[in-house]
Amino acid sequence: MFGRIAPIILKEFIQIRRDPRTLAIVLAMPAMQLLLFGYAINTVVDHLPTIVFDESRDAQSRAFAAAFHNSGYFDLRAQAHSRAEAVAAVDTGEARVALLIPPEFGNHLLRGQQALAQLVVDGSDPNTAQTALFAAGMVAQVQSGEAVASLAERLGRGSAASGIELRPVVLYNPSMLSVNFMIPGLIGLILQFQTLILTAFAIVRERERGTLEQLVVTPIRSWELMLGKIIPYVATACMAVGVALAVGRFWFGVEVAGSLPLLAALSLIFLLSSLGVGLFVSTISQTQTQAMQLAVFIMLPSVLLSGFMFPREGMPFVIQQLGLLIPLTYFLQILRGIILKGVGMEVLWPNVLPLALFGLAVFGLSANRFRKRLG
Amino acid sequence: MTTEAIIDVRGLTKRFGDLVAVNDVSFAVQRGEVFAFLGPNGSGKSTTIRMLCGILEPTSGEGRVLGFDIAREGEQVKEHIGYMSQRFALYEDLTVRENLEFYAGVYQVPGSERKTRLVELIDMAGLRGRERQLAGQLSGGWKQRLALGCAIVHQPPLLFLDEPTAGVDPVSRRRFWTMIYGLARTGVTVFVTTHYLDEAEHATRVAMIHGGVLRALASPAELKRGALQGHLLSLVCDTPMQAVALLERAPGVREVALYGTTIHALIDPAQQTAEGLSAWLGDVGITVHGATRIEPTLEDVFISLIGAP
Repeated sequence: MFGRIAPIILKEFIQIRRDPRTLAIVLAMPAMQLLLFGYAINTVVDHLPTIVFDESRDAQSRAFAAAFHNSGYFDLRAQAHSRAEAVAAVDTGEARVALLIPPEFGNHLLRGQQALAQLVVDGSDPNTAQTALFAAGMVAQVQSGEAVASLAERLGRGSAASGIELRPVVLYNPSMLSVNFMIPGLIGLILQFQTLILTAFAIVRERERGTLEQLVVTPIRSWELMLGKIIPYVATACMAVGVALAVGRFWFGVEVAGSLPLLAALSLIFLLSSLGVGLFVSTISQTQTQAMQLAVFIMLPSVLLSGFMFPREGMPFVIQQLGLLIPLTYFLQILRGIILKGVGMEVLWPNVLPLALFGLAVFGLSANRFRKRLG
Repeated sequence: MTTEAIIDVRGLTKRFGDLVAVNDVSFAVQRGEVFAFLGPNGSGKSTTIRMLCGILEPTSGEGRVLGFDIAREGEQVKEHIGYMSQRFALYEDLTVRENLEFYAGVYQVPGSERKTRLVELIDMAGLRGRERQLAGQLSGGWKQRLALGCAIVHQPPLLFLDEPTAGVDPVSRRRFWTMIYGLARTGVTVFVTTHYLDEAEHATRVAMIHGGVLRALASPAELKRGALQGHLLSLVCDTPMQAVALLERAPGVREVALYGTTIHALIDPAQQTAEGLSAWLGDVGITVHGATRIEPTLEDVFISLIGAP
């Protein structure tokens, strides 16, 4: 049964070895993407350049500004000499945040009155602005608590701890590193990209060079050709995931919390859909350029809408629903579930089910189309 | 078995929508023949060959190739034939040997025979010493011979060649045909489409197809003898273009065609002679330098058949 598939697979591997482009996609890309995304895409914002205009100039105001600095979220870069100068620094982008402390700040605080300070935030990047506001709120809350406590002490009423104190615990990614969040997503993206592009290319290349015309006249059946084309690229995709997991483990220290065999099995289910799309692309492209354009066109929504880069929770309802039509959406839940949370099928099945249905449908339809187009 | 037709086609028809690409074509090819399928581009040659190879289903009619039904047993047909197209479908990033090995695998040549078969083919194609060279680095003639080697790696009794010499230099073309006739002598039946009329001259039989219709089928000698009604004259004269226009109205002239600066005129021997035609041309003011009766070529026959000027 595998008599005619083996020579195709062998030939495909020889061609991969001789083609530097394919080789680069298989070996260099996963490591490169991981390093790039691991370092460049850091969604955690800190050390925001901050300018201070302190009109109060006393111990209280200095302590308040220092608390901002010590939070790690703000870097006090400069002291402004006027309100206008502070705001101008934000305008020019020299600072992302300006902290304005009015003259009566220290006195009000000492007297137990409400002390006002103003925070000017560059809102052009909402994510940064939100982090700044959140962090500033925390700093102010802590400072105000301390001020109340010291006031109470001075008034001789002891330092009775009172009020609500929230102590949050972050599960799964306690240090909240972006890279921990990115690695599972990247594995999904690499799997999808490699199988889709390389499978489509391998078939379209034969059409482009006229060898497909010859293969059609040989006894090779269409399903044999299909398997012969798919198997090598499933193998290389597995290699790429291996590289990605290794870089994640040994470079970024991200360990797979859950079961590796389960990860492998569910990855194969995910591959059905991207192989199917690859086959589909191969049936409607005459040249590799067309195949590439089509592949990018198809992959872009899955990068944007699957939750790989942007949280789906923040998307409008309609877009969220559209995201449910993308296999990567489900696979990302599975990947993050296994790699970060270490959960198993008992939790993942609501994602596995649609993924398997999608995969079978897309692969079945594309394989059928491939068979007809070849005859 | 020896008299059984290798290819037997009856009423073969293929329609693509309104277009009738192949129209009610019937013929039979015997073992060991070199059967040339001659026709201009778009005449239905490739469509016919695709149906014979079992990759295109006929709209109507039936055909058997090596005893297999081309509509229902396409897979068996494919296992037993060799096929080579003008595009020499080689993998340019594989070496000479890797290409041969790939097709040997695809055609399931048994492992025990594979090694000797590959050596045979490499020698036949004159590629010894180049086994490790990439196919893409070979020149046209080498590629063509390697493609032939790949097509016959499984020793098929029937070989289809679809315009195999298009774009190859004359020396390589000759060498290629020497190989083809060598194969035919060993009993391989060769079905070849071409639009090179000189290639068809050497075929056992020639089928001429035009507009999807089979116009003639005979040996080259028979075609030349029987297809032309009358005598063929070769005329050399001044202002040949003008002469052709005039000759179309001359008495006893059936057909006129221009070959370079020479005019071929088909005359009815009962009404006209070489001398008479020369005199007639002289009368209308054209100087004739020579008028001789010649043996027609396949080109004359073909042009006569399709009714083109």
